[in-house]
Amino acid sequence: MGDVLQNLAIGFSTALSPDVLVYAFAGCIVGTLVGVLPGVGPLAGISLLLPVTFGLNPTSAIVLLAGIYYGAMYGGSTTSILMRIPGEAASVMTCIDGYAMTQKGRSGPALAIAAVGSFVAGTLSIVALMLLAPPLAEFALRFGPPEHFAMLTLGLLVLAYMSGGPITRSLTMAAFGLLLGMVGMDTMTGLFRFEYGFSELGDGIGIVPVAVGLFGISEILLSAGRAAKVEIRAPRLRELLPNREEWRRSAAPIGRGTVLGFLIGIIPGPGHIISSFVSYSVERRLAKNPERFGQGAIEGVAGPESANNSATSGALVPMLALGLPSGAVPAIMLAAMMIHGIAPGPLLIQDQPALFWGVIASMYVGNAVLLILNLPMVGLFVNVLRVPYSYLYPSLLAFATLGVYAVNNSVVDVWIMAGAGVVGYLLRKLDYEIAPIILGLVLAPMLELNFRQSLAISAGDYSIFFTRPIAAGMLLVALALLLLGVRSIFTRSGDPRGYMGLEIPGGPENR
Amino acid sequence: MRSLTIDHVAGLFFTAFSLFVLWESRKIPFGFLAEPGPGVMPTLLASTLLVCSIALILGGRSGKRAAAVQWTEWWHALVILGTCAFMALALERLGYRLTIFIALLTLVSVLERKGWIAGLLFAGCFSAGTYFLFNALLNVPLPLGPLGL
Repeated sequence: MGDVLQNLAIGFSTALSPDVLVYAFAGCIVGTLVGVLPGVGPLAGISLLLPVTFGLNPTSAIVLLAGIYYGAMYGGSTTSILMRIPGEAASVMTCIDGYAMTQKGRSGPALAIAAVGSFVAGTLSIVALMLLAPPLAEFALRFGPPEHFAMLTLGLLVLAYMSGGPITRSLTMAAFGLLLGMVGMDTMTGLFRFEYGFSELGDGIGIVPVAVGLFGISEILLSAGRAAKVEIRAPRLRELLPNREEWRRSAAPIGRGTVLGFLIGIIPGPGHIISSFVSYSVERRLAKNPERFGQGAIEGVAGPESANNSATSGALVPMLALGLPSGAVPAIMLAAMMIHGIAPGPLLIQDQPALFWGVIASMYVGNAVLLILNLPMVGLFVNVLRVPYSYLYPSLLAFATLGVYAVNNSVVDVWIMAGAGVVGYLLRKLDYEIAPIILGLVLAPMLELNFRQSLAISAGDYSIFFTRPIAAGMLLVALALLLLGVRSIFTRSGDPRGYMGLEIPGGPENR
Repeated sequence: MRSLTIDHVAGLFFTAFSLFVLWESRKIPFGFLAEPGPGVMPTLLASTLLVCSIALILGGRSGKRAAAVQWTEWWHALVILGTCAFMALALERLGYRLTIFIALLTLVSVLERKGWIAGLLFAGCFSAGTYFLFNALLNVPLPLGPLGL
């Protein structure tokens, strides 16, 4: 514990340095705006803003991106409560009771509880992240190539299983992403694959253009031609304070949402979305008068909002401790780390203590900033919705192009972005979940390298994957998930995801 | 065509794609199963994709019909994609500021019909502002066009 506190002190000295503080602050504001804007979810927001981080040092870059991630969770609740428009998918459940409270003239307390719940959950989950990630990373140091291969396979299968829709769809997307990751130089032999004479493809298909295209451009294409005008009425500052009964009713849901969100966030999949659905259903089941839900029950705001914020910290556990992204947002953050020359994996915490502990400390700072910033400025943030979409999307498009080009000064990347945009647009039109594609693309080189290194160690004996207990255990779980997923296609009623409330209604929009 | 489901459409596309990758993978040394070469993983993954795609086609009989998908925004989407292609072609030829200026002017004034003055003002401020932000403040070099624009 002494070590943790000492490291945290190092982290705070990094996080409170003026330049990092500025980026934490900027990340929180941009994240809130991203969360407020319907359609531009954390994924599209981070993808579009990733190129901005290239000129920064790695710590500032990750701090900025993490700020956007959890800032979006805060911001998403605002439009859900005030206008019944979920700024991002994790706020869908907040719409139900949050908007009902607005109709009853209690929008202020709903916003305040959402912000306080997010703050409490955010802060407590960072404590859990701080305590859990280092021992997990230490444990993972025992991993060799077979264990890494098994872990990556398991991660992909869990994501495929947890994503909405049949597992065949998610597996197709993951396999497609993995195949895209095969383009470029083979790391073991130096041979170029599928580069078709384009020297720019020698290093492989870039994660940034694909992420920006799949999430950012596809979103622009899907929402093109939209011309909705919105009615906005933000509460005044003095209307924000909840009464004693509302505080009392919210306390337990915030606690439960925090624990649920963190645990679900660790598991690969869209944890921030799933956790808010699970939290809402748990609160409704535990309520003495479940019929209040849907009519403006503050528990229906407190639980899901706490859960989705807590899940963002949970999602960073496998990313920072193992180098395994649990979803598309951590995958893009991982890509950002790699762009800055930082090798993700269990050694990260040892090799880059200033980065790891700086990010942790900045998350404490960011959560405090968001609490202080969000409530008084809620009126200002919702005004973003008054910006006509006909000006907003051209700006986003130009910004995406600029950012993607700036990575390698390559127009090939701009073409890749446009191509990925078309693919993302068509797949989302067909209700396909596109997050596994980006995860596959990020993990493909690691998966291949560990697979071939394992066989090199065992002199070509495939039993190496089944005789080492950790690898065998993970592969068995992966196989079980695959069989469960395939079984659920034939017997929809027996799908365990349904019992857990994990099937995500509303399709894959905004993820 | 009318009875195809979305899973059929996606399955057919990915079947074709995986077959293409399998065909192309012939050119890459496969090695041996015990000592895999650079062609093994693409072949394995393309085969996995092929199996998944066939499963999609076989299992997708009862899903949403492809004909039911609404394409109301197709014209906007097409023009936006055209603008993307223009930016890719023009960025290094016309320079950042001119390319972004033309692209934004097209989208705002032509596609969105917001008027020429609004379009000119918006496109001019955005292209000059972002150029200053990235070039001067963030030290990201952006391409220059004719006359140093």
